[in-house]
Formats: sequence, C-alpha cells, structure tokens
Amino acid sequence: MGRKYRIAGIVLAAFVFVALLAFLASRADIPVLHPKGIIASKEYWLMAFTALLAVIIVVPVFVMLFVIAWKYRADNPRAQYKPDWDNSKLYEGLWWGIPCVIIGVLAVVTWFATHDLDPYKKLDSAVKPVRVQVVSLQWKWLFIYPEQRVASVNFLQIPVGTPVNFEATSDAPMNSFWIPSLGGQIYAMSGMTTKLHLMANERGDYRGSSANISGEGFAGMTFTARASSQADFEAWIASAGRSSRELDTHSYATLAEPSKDNPPAVYTLKQPDLYDTIVMKYMAPGHAHDMSGEQMHSGVGH
Amino acid sequence: MFGRLSFDALPHDPITISVLAVTGLGGLALVGAMFYFKRWTWLWKTWLTSLDPKKIGAMYIIVAALMLLRGVADAGMIRAQQALGVGDGILTSDHFQQVFSAHGTIMIFFVAMGLVFGLFNLLVPLQIGARDVAFPFLNSVSFWLFVVGVALMNVSLVVGEFSPAGWLAYPPLSGLEYSPGVGVDYWIWSLQIAGIGSLLSGINFFVTILKMRAPGMTAMKVPIFIWSVLGSLVLIMFAFPILTATLGMLSLDRLFDTHFFTSGGGGNPMMYVNLIWAWGHPEVYILILPAFGIFSEVVPTFSGKRLFGYTSMVVAIWAIVFLSFTVWLHHFFTMGAGANVNAFFGIMTMIIGIPTGVKVFNWIFTMYKGRVRFTVPMLWFMGFVVTFTLGGVAGVLMSVPPADFQVHNSLFLVAHFHTMIIGGVVFGMFSGFNYWFPKFTGFKLNERLGRYAFWCWLWGFLLAFTPLYILGFMGATRRLDHYDASLGWQGLFIVAAVGVGIIGLGIGFQLLQLGVSIWQRAKNRDVTGDPWQGRTLEWSTASPVPEYNFAVIPQVTERDAFWVAKQAGAATARLQYQPITVPKNTSLGLFIAGFAFLFGFGVIWHIVWLAAVGFVGAVATIILRTSRDDTERVISAREVQETEALLAKKRAKI
Repeated sequence: MGRKYRIAGIVLAAFVFVALLAFLASRADIPVLHPKGIIASKEYWLMAFTALLAVIIVVPVFVMLFVIAWKYRADNPRAQYKPDWDNSKLYEGLWWGIPCVIIGVLAVVTWFATHDLDPYKKLDSAVKPVRVQVVSLQWKWLFIYPEQRVASVNFLQIPVGTPVNFEATSDAPMNSFWIPSLGGQIYAMSGMTTKLHLMANERGDYRGSSANISGEGFAGMTFTARASSQADFEAWIASAGRSSRELDTHSYATLAEPSKDNPPAVYTLKQPDLYDTIVMKYMAPGHAHDMSGEQMHSGVGH
Repeated sequence: MFGRLSFDALPHDPITISVLAVTGLGGLALVGAMFYFKRWTWLWKTWLTSLDPKKIGAMYIIVAALMLLRGVADAGMIRAQQALGVGDGILTSDHFQQVFSAHGTIMIFFVAMGLVFGLFNLLVPLQIGARDVAFPFLNSVSFWLFVVGVALMNVSLVVGEFSPAGWLAYPPLSGLEYSPGVGVDYWIWSLQIAGIGSLLSGINFFVTILKMRAPGMTAMKVPIFIWSVLGSLVLIMFAFPILTATLGMLSLDRLFDTHFFTSGGGGNPMMYVNLIWAWGHPEVYILILPAFGIFSEVVPTFSGKRLFGYTSMVVAIWAIVFLSFTVWLHHFFTMGAGANVNAFFGIMTMIIGIPTGVKVFNWIFTMYKGRVRFTVPMLWFMGFVVTFTLGGVAGVLMSVPPADFQVHNSLFLVAHFHTMIIGGVVFGMFSGFNYWFPKFTGFKLNERLGRYAFWCWLWGFLLAFTPLYILGFMGATRRLDHYDASLGWQGLFIVAAVGVGIIGLGIGFQLLQLGVSIWQRAKNRDVTGDPWQGRTLEWSTASPVPEYNFAVIPQVTERDAFWVAKQAGAATARLQYQPITVPKNTSLGLFIAGFAFLFGFGVIWHIVWLAAVGFVGAVATIILRTSRDDTERVISAREVQETEALLAKKRAKI
C-alpha cells in the first residue's frame, strides 16, 4: 500500500468518525450548547469565546507539526539540514509573546466574567425572585419553598422569566447541584449553605442531577426542573399545598433515610424553618458559625 | 484476635470467584514453572535483592505494566457498564463504584508513578554519567514499599472490598459515617505506604542529580530529560508530604473518631478537598514533566539535530513547577469560593498553558531543518502533540470558572484529564519504552508491530474519549452506573466502549511486539550500544549496560556530550581502568516492606498485634541495616578490563 493510499485511508476514517459522532449527537439533547436560561447562555458564550481564542494557537501548531515533519523527513533530499541550529530569539520571542497576549486577553475576560457570573450574585430583574432551599439527601433532592410553604422531592417547578434564589445544603455526603439547561453547578455540603442564582427564559422540562459521587444511589439523584408560566407555577404551588403529605421534623427524618431512584413527590411544608434545622444539625454545640459557606465566600473581596 | 476480619470477608459472588480462581491457577503455574526450571535462586540473587538501579527500574516497569493490565480491565468494565447502562448493566452500583475507584487509583499511583520511577531508575544515573544513585539501599526500600501498595490494593480483591468513594475519596463520603467498611482503609494504606516510598525516591534522585553528575556537566549542560526529572522530583518532595499528612488525618478520623474532616463535630470536609488537591495538582505535573523530558530526548535524536530552545525549555520547566502549586482550587470552582478567589486560580491555570505551549513549539522547531526519521518513538510524539493540544484547549476552557461550572464533574472533565494523561504521560512512556528498550536489552523492538500498536492506541483513544466530550455537554456526569434511555446517550457510550476495545487491541500488539522481539532478538541485536545515533551519555556505553554503567567516568565539555564526542571522532585513548565499588545485594529492603505490609493489613482490619509486629519489625530491620558496615563490594580493575575487552570484541564482529 502506497503512502498516498494510507493518507487517504486516514482521512476517510476521520471523516467516518466525525460523521458517526455528529449523527449520534444529533439524536440527543445537548443542554450546555442549547441553553434555556440567562446564566447558561452567558456561560455558553464564554465557552465559545475561549474556544475561539484557543484556535488561534491550535491551528498553527497543527499546521506546523505536519508541514515541518513532512518537509524535513529524512528521505527528502531537497530539504535543508542544519544540525546545530538550536535557537532563535525571534521565534522563541514569538511563542512566548503571542500566547502571553492571548492569555492576557482571556485573563481580563475571565476576571470580569467570574464576577459577573458569580453564583452568589443576585440577578437584576424587576420581578420578585422565588426562593428555593435545596437539600441533597441519600439519594434524592429535596426542594423547599419556604415562602409558599410547600416542598417537593426530585421535582422542581419555577416560573419563566423570574430569578430563582437557590440556597443549597446537604444532609448526606457532598453533592453538586446542576441543571445544565439553566446554568452551572454549586456544591451542596452539610452544615453550611451555598448559593446559586438562575433564571429560565424558556418554558420546558429540564434535567437536573448531582455531579458529585455521594454513595450507592447517586446515579439515581436526577430530577426534573420545570420552567412554566407564572400561572402554571401558582397552580402547582396550590396543588402542592393541598397535598396529603406533610413535611415536618418527624416526616423529614423518614424522608432522609437512604433510598434510591425516588419518584417525584410534593409536600405541604408544616415547619417553615426546616432548612435551618437541617443546616444546624451539624454545628458543634457552642460553635454556631452557621453559614460558614457564606463566610468562605465573602471572605475575600466582597 | 483478628479484628474485623472473618470468613465473610472472602468473596461470594461467582464472577469474582471464577476470576480469582483463574488468576490463582495462573499464579500457581508460574510458581510451578519456577521450580521446574530451578529459577528461584536466579530470581532472588539477580533481581529481588539487587540494588542495581537498572534492575530496580526494570522491576518497577514490570509491576506497572501488570497493573496497567488490571487498570485497563477495570476501564473495560466501566465502559461495558455504561454502554449497557440504560438497564441494570452488568455490575451492582457498589461494585461499579469500587471498580472506578480502583481504576483511577491504580492508573495514577501504580501505573503512571511506577513507570515514572522505573524510568528515573533506568536513566538518571546513565544520563548524568554516574554509576549508581545516591542512596542505593533507600532506592530498594522505595521500590518494595511501592510493591506493598500494589499488593494491598490487590489483596482487597480477595479479602474484603475496595473503596467505593472515588479515586480521591472525598469526605464525608469516605468518613466513618458513610463508609464504615474496610474499602476506604485499603485505599488509604495502599497509598500511604506507596506514597512514603515515592517521597524517599524523590529525595534520593534529587540528591543523585545534584551531587553525582559527571565532571564537567554543569547546570546548562545536563540533558534536558534530567532537568525535567529534577522538576518532577522537586514537586514530589513538596507535594507528597501533603498527601501523607492528609491521608494521616483521614485515617485518624476513621480509626480514632477525630474530627478533622467530618461534617459534624467541628470538622471541615472542605479542608480535605483543598489539601488533597494541593498534592493532586502537582501530582499531574510530577507525571507529565518526565514525559516532556522523554520527548525532549526523542525528538532531537530522530531529527538528527540539537534540541531547539534549550534555555527556554529549562525556564518553561521551572515555570511549570512553580505554577503547579498555585492552581489547585480549579478542581473545585463550584465549592462556592468568592469571585476573586475563583478568578485568581482560573487565571493562574491558564498561565500554565504558556510555558507548556512554548515546549510544544520548541519540539516542533527541533524538527525544522533536521532529518526526521519516523520511527515508533517519533510516532508517539506526533500523536502526543495532536492529543495533548486538543486536551489543552479543553483545559483552557475549564480554567475559566463560569465555563467550568457547566462542565465540572461531567464526562467532559473525564475526557479532558484522560486526554492529558493518556495523550501526554502514557504516550510519552511508550515513546521512551521503544526508544530506550535496546539500551537495556541489547536488541530493538519490532518496528512494524510497534506501529500497529500506536495506530490502535491513537484511534482507540479518539473513539473512546471524543464521545465523552460530547456526553459532558449533554449533561452526563461522571461515575453513573445507570441513566435513562430517553436521554439518547447510549450510542455514544457504545462508541466509547468500542474505543476501549481498540485500545485493548493496541495493548495486544504491544505484548506481541515484546514477545516477537524477544523471539527474534538475534535479528534485531544491537552491539554498538548506539542504535539510533543518540546524543546523550547513556548511548556511549554498551547495551545491555554493564553493572558499573561506565568503565571510566566520562568527562563532559558540551551539551549532548556523546554526540559532540562522536563528531570530534573521539580519539580512543588508552583507558586506565580503576576498581569500581558497587553495593552488595541485600534482602533487607524486602523485609522492611514485608513488615510494612503486615502493618498496613493489621491497621486496615483493626488487628492490633499484627500492626504492632509490622511496625516494630520494620523499625528493627532499619536499625539492623544501619548497623551493618559490610555493604559494598569491589569490581577489580582487571575484571572491568576483561568485561570491556569482551564487549569490544563483540562490537568488532560486525
């Protein structure tokens, strides 16, 4: 087999490979690349910008790698051979310098984007936010709506176009709270609260899950995040409020028992400060540094 | 009497039992063969008790290669489980979690680290023109402690269970409350014992490079591989104590109910995450720097040209060493630190890309105006640049904290670090293996099979990991034992599983390459000691390398010392041989490690007397060794002369 056929074979194989992946990808939803919330959108554009910047380096690397390797192959009699040529201030200056400029640009963008997309930052909106307290349990998600006096397991409903203020904690090993369609992740850790602010701008059912291993039933910690109209949201709250299941310290203890692949459920919330009691459970007596997550967050530069 | 240990700890399910039975029979056959061919004395005298770094290096590589096979088998199980993950798959959740925890632990600690230390042992003394390492006995202790780590890790297959808490075992999941079994203890103690070996090796080779270089080999004349190794060693010395302390605190939490990392009782699991990554991020560079060093030797040799930008390369190495300690927080941007903190660590992370990129450009320009021979080591280099650059793009993407929020702990991340570790470390090691193999055996590896192995690995790698990047964007998180069929993920998972199959084929070709090369060794024999037109000192001595490395310690006047000597037509002056002192064999390293094993096993199972026997035994053996004077023997000048004459005769035959 000649060299040309071999190269043609490699190109063909690469083409088939890309086509196969494109086909498989087209059959599924790609939430990170098709964001449905303002935070996820901004995060998507930030990724696209970073990837484009990286291409400025990657393309020359690939072109140079193959062109130089091919041109200076040992059996090419026309190529120059300078075995002792081993430095050039110009060339080295170029590849210390150009990446420095690119990373410099990216660093500035990163600084502002990180502040703009700080998960603790409240979203600018005229609409009154919805408050949701998130508790990761073994192995399910509990969502508490303290103002609406309802709670739900493995199901989250929010109104479209309304900021949602999440506070997250854990009554289990650490989990990570993630709804890729709406925006990125925050850890849920016991004995403290972390915060995340998201807003959906399209109606739909979005998949949420835990991104951090937390034990045997971890793979089943998925939930649906439903972004609906304000009216539908209120209707859901009302129906949840009529639920025969009540959530208080007692029934919470049963709920918190380890269980796998839980179906969605709704509760009326009998104890509005349930979330705080869950966080406080892990405090050593006399060391009420609750919100230590908050302290860590605001510790530097806020 | 036996702590937590009882017959319940032995495996019950038929799959595990049959796998173990087959392995056991294989082991028995091997032992039988050793008796049949009467090889025990040979094994004991030439290998197990040897203090020769070349022997120890080879043993590191053999152990690491065996562990690679187990790690790949685990990878196959992970891929099979997820390819079938819309149903129940083939494993239970708990078993699956043990498998991926074992996969990560084995690949990093017992494969990558094993290969790296094997390489240090084989090459550091030779490249600096020395006969041995600074502390030969310590070197043997390090190796055997590494073997104890491997042994404990594998004993967990038979007695008890392994940790299901992931390869870094974050508390509170790895704490007593959520993981009361012995799995996490196996994880802790196999790493703790192997880790102490790593730290000792780090110090040993650091001193070796500083103090034992051949006369004339000043800082800017050492081979660039040695600079890379030195960077890696500095990282080992600074990072491994952090690992030891962190694992120590975790085990105190588990043994004595302390509260360093518990959720309640004033403990702080976040501290563990910080500490483990303060070790874990430098660890990545501990592995990759030696691989960079290999490419920095391979590319000049096969381009017939000096390395481009030597000074830049040295600066880049030290920039990477320094920066690698300033980026650990990028492993958990999602923990809720403030924007200033996240932005700082994000920016430091992207800055590491600059020196790394410079190295890539310098390698490419080493080929410029050279004469490039596309041998197997060069193919691995070309594959490395392609994969590593793409992985680097993914890395820069994730260094921007808000972008990371959307891919953290997803399969995108899994794909990224496999691209860096396989495309960087593993490809580098394979390149080095093909390159230096003839130096230590006296014959070259089969080129054709080597090429087949390379192409299988490259395509298998792309098939196995490109789908994972896409799956990450689809919201697939890592470590899932099942997922919903409606998500449409299964096709991509199946492609990934096929990819691992092709990598397996590549490994098959590598084993075949080794077998065929040994079989046809007469055909590929190299008696010159310099089969590739090498540039550095290791090529100036015979292959396989005599015990004393160099009959006469070379004088270095230039970088690429051997190349320069060859160009000058090195007048073969009449050499004056001197007697050479080498360390005597000793089995005490083995005994220290054996006691360490008893200690580890005792602590894991809460068998107090066994742990005490192990600890006291190890300390006593160390004292015994330090009180011995008669640890060296002398090879007389006459013996050296005879060996050299014999080698010269062989050379003259062709």
